[in-house]
Amino acid sequence: MPMDQVSVAHDDHAHDHKPGFFTRWFLSTNHKDIGTLYLVFALCAGIVGYTLSGLIRWELAQPGIGPLTGIMEMFGYQGDQAIEHAKHFYNVVITYHGLIMIFFMVMPALIGGFGNWFVPLMIGAPDMAFPRMNNISFWLTVAAFIMACISMLVPGTGQFLGFGGGWVLYPPLSSATGHPGPSMDLLILSLHTAGIASILGAINFIVTILNMRAPGMTIHKMPLFAWSVLVTAVLLLLALPVLAGALTMLLTDRNFGSQFFDPSGGGDPIMFQHLFWFFGHPEVYIMILPAFGIISHIVSTFSKKPIFGYLGMAYAMVSIGAIGFIVWAHHMYTVGMPSDMKAYFVAATMVIAVPTGIKIFSWIATMWGGSIDFEVPMVWAIGFIFLFTVGGVTGVVLANAGIDHALHDTYYVVAHFHYVLSLGAVFGLFAGWYYWFEKMFGVKYNKTIGYAHFWTMFVGSNLLFFPQHFLGLDGMPRRYIDYADGYATWHFWSSMGYAVTLVATAIFFVGMIEAAIRRRKAAANPWGEGATTLEWTLPSPPPFHQFNELPEVKPDSHH
Amino acid sequence: MRFLIALLSILPFGATALAAQPEPGAINFQPAATRIAERIHNFHFGVLVIITIITLFVLALLIWVCLRYNKRANPVAHKFSHNTVVEIVWTVVPVIILVVIAGPSFSNLFYQENEPDLEAIAAVEDANPNLYPEAASEGWITVKAQGNQWNWTYSFPDELDSGGYPVEFVSNPLQRGLSSDRGTEANGPRNLATDYPLVLPVNRYIRYQTAASDVIHSWTVPAFGVKTDAVPGRLNEGWFLVEETGTYYGQCSELCGKDHAFMPIEVRVVEADQYEAWIESLKAGEDFDAAFDAIRPAITASIEEPTDAALRLAQAQ
Repeated sequence: MPMDQVSVAHDDHAHDHKPGFFTRWFLSTNHKDIGTLYLVFALCAGIVGYTLSGLIRWELAQPGIGPLTGIMEMFGYQGDQAIEHAKHFYNVVITYHGLIMIFFMVMPALIGGFGNWFVPLMIGAPDMAFPRMNNISFWLTVAAFIMACISMLVPGTGQFLGFGGGWVLYPPLSSATGHPGPSMDLLILSLHTAGIASILGAINFIVTILNMRAPGMTIHKMPLFAWSVLVTAVLLLLALPVLAGALTMLLTDRNFGSQFFDPSGGGDPIMFQHLFWFFGHPEVYIMILPAFGIISHIVSTFSKKPIFGYLGMAYAMVSIGAIGFIVWAHHMYTVGMPSDMKAYFVAATMVIAVPTGIKIFSWIATMWGGSIDFEVPMVWAIGFIFLFTVGGVTGVVLANAGIDHALHDTYYVVAHFHYVLSLGAVFGLFAGWYYWFEKMFGVKYNKTIGYAHFWTMFVGSNLLFFPQHFLGLDGMPRRYIDYADGYATWHFWSSMGYAVTLVATAIFFVGMIEAAIRRRKAAANPWGEGATTLEWTLPSPPPFHQFNELPEVKPDSHH
Repeated sequence: MRFLIALLSILPFGATALAAQPEPGAINFQPAATRIAERIHNFHFGVLVIITIITLFVLALLIWVCLRYNKRANPVAHKFSHNTVVEIVWTVVPVIILVVIAGPSFSNLFYQENEPDLEAIAAVEDANPNLYPEAASEGWITVKAQGNQWNWTYSFPDELDSGGYPVEFVSNPLQRGLSSDRGTEANGPRNLATDYPLVLPVNRYIRYQTAASDVIHSWTVPAFGVKTDAVPGRLNEGWFLVEETGTYYGQCSELCGKDHAFMPIEVRVVEADQYEAWIESLKAGEDFDAAFDAIRPAITASIEEPTDAALRLAQAQ
């Protein structure tokens, strides 16, 4: 809503007492501080996850088993023993890269970070509904991350450390047959803890959004980012208990003699896959929906136009979330399902392309007729729209079970989901970062560095992931430490792409350090007339407590 | 230039597939050796054309709005936010595109998945590239691939030796990235070649079954267009018919632990009489290595210890 249509009561700064350092950051009940904690945490976990992917690309840059063997030799292993350890370590690396990026980077950053920061600000609420629960959510996530990291260092199977069974945790590889050591038990505990944290966070967001919107802000006037977090929170609330159930069954299989997933006792390993993907598929939308919300705001702000087809955009997210629950078995086309069942999942999966297409076209229609300002967040958003389209259309290819029989578990799948996550969710993350950076921290960043970050990241991540389509078509299987020599060409270029993203990441940190040193005072609203949501009515950074007097949204204002 | 040549190779062609393995710089599927793979490739090409057009269309729209509606070209933004006709179009047109894709998708899927009725096919007189009446009249050859950590056990449930046991042998990789790696280039490509390959006849309906003894594995041969998980406690099934003799390679496609990257699948597809001689010699319990040497050149580096399966076969006699 335009600013003249809301009445804003700024805090009296005399009452703006911030608690002491320990109380403020370790016992925090303030949604903005908790949001900052989540962002810092996600940055740390992201560095770990990104380092692990660096090990993958380093190892795969050339045929043969090389760099990881070198690492094992540093730990005192010799000859073939070093190679055997390297092989298991590679599986550990890909497993934890996936888990850390999903549970401890993308989700904490988009939902915990931006969600905590901007949902209350956008809906005109003083804080989250349950501030103390918010704090528990954050610290449980930290505890879960620490346990996951420790689980890399305790015995997984035999003499090998860590769990190397992939982020999907399929039994029997994850049961006592494949990984009898304590690593997997610790990982189960870690994921249970992360799941509890996310469920508590989801409840907090749902209650906040449903009950604490400013007077006059009906659900159909709510900003799209709040919509995206609402849908995400509902998905979390419904999907995570299923994962928790599957993990608990796995835990009792491993330790208490149950045989849910053990065929020798009448169980079925495929049942775990059904439960896992009933969670896992909504999970991929959990990661991308908040990015959708962020992109909508950025596109609207810098086009200086209201978002095109607001209701269509909101309900496209709702339908993506709903359909996301009935397509899970498209991850399992090769397990031996009846063909009619596959046909159903083909049809249901392809339907998702429709609301996704609505979103892509609505963003372009928002830009159409606008007066576009190519600020740093906007170039990230435009990059997101294009790259997400590329990742989306390869999803349509994979949805066809007939084609998937050739491409399942190949690098084509790796390329597909990195286009929607690494080039989708992560581009959305950086877009949001550059959009709200001044609002959150009260200082400006150097725009030239921001553009340089975008272009090196754009080139690097495309060089990294596009050749993986070719590898997949040619049959290169996933999760391989070494490959047939014919695949060497594109693996080399893919690794070169990673090297370019290293430069991009360095540029990102240079930009942040530069902003921290220069401390140029940020304006309350650096983006002008296009920035119409409530957070831009507050100073940058916002006061410790905001909206002591609730802002009022006039009935005639549009979203 | 190499890219251009590779690009040209996307075009559908009917070359004979004498060997199928990954090629340097390839950007498309390995050559098809079965009708199943050929149909996958053709269908994929159709979908690739559609998604390329969609992606270029989105890119063109993005470039257009950036050029036409940037701050300089259009200083004052319009304020519209609805257009019912456009919204209906961009909902309905994708639905139509998806329906167009779904047609061949389903027919392809059912062709791959549903086991053909050989008696009915044998009676078919009209030429149909999907059906092989001559092969159908000869019936099925059934082979079971059991995944183990980390090799494949192949058995022929219908081919019994004198003791009444099915012919069975273990196919081990020649390389595991270790100092004990065997074989040279003559034995086949690195990380793909095995000591005892699966041998199958050309132009016969093959029913393959997959099972697993420990964790989940996945049996796949890209040139055949087949991939089926080998799951403990389950017996999965599929079919194919290879049209060209040759050596075809695949690799385990479900993470199965430390040596997941080192349990290749090697299939030697030979003429019917060669296959008969090979299977008869295994059934009779004749020299195991000699039977395989007749199919393909001997592994040049000597194999010091007989495999479990060879021992078992020897004991069974």
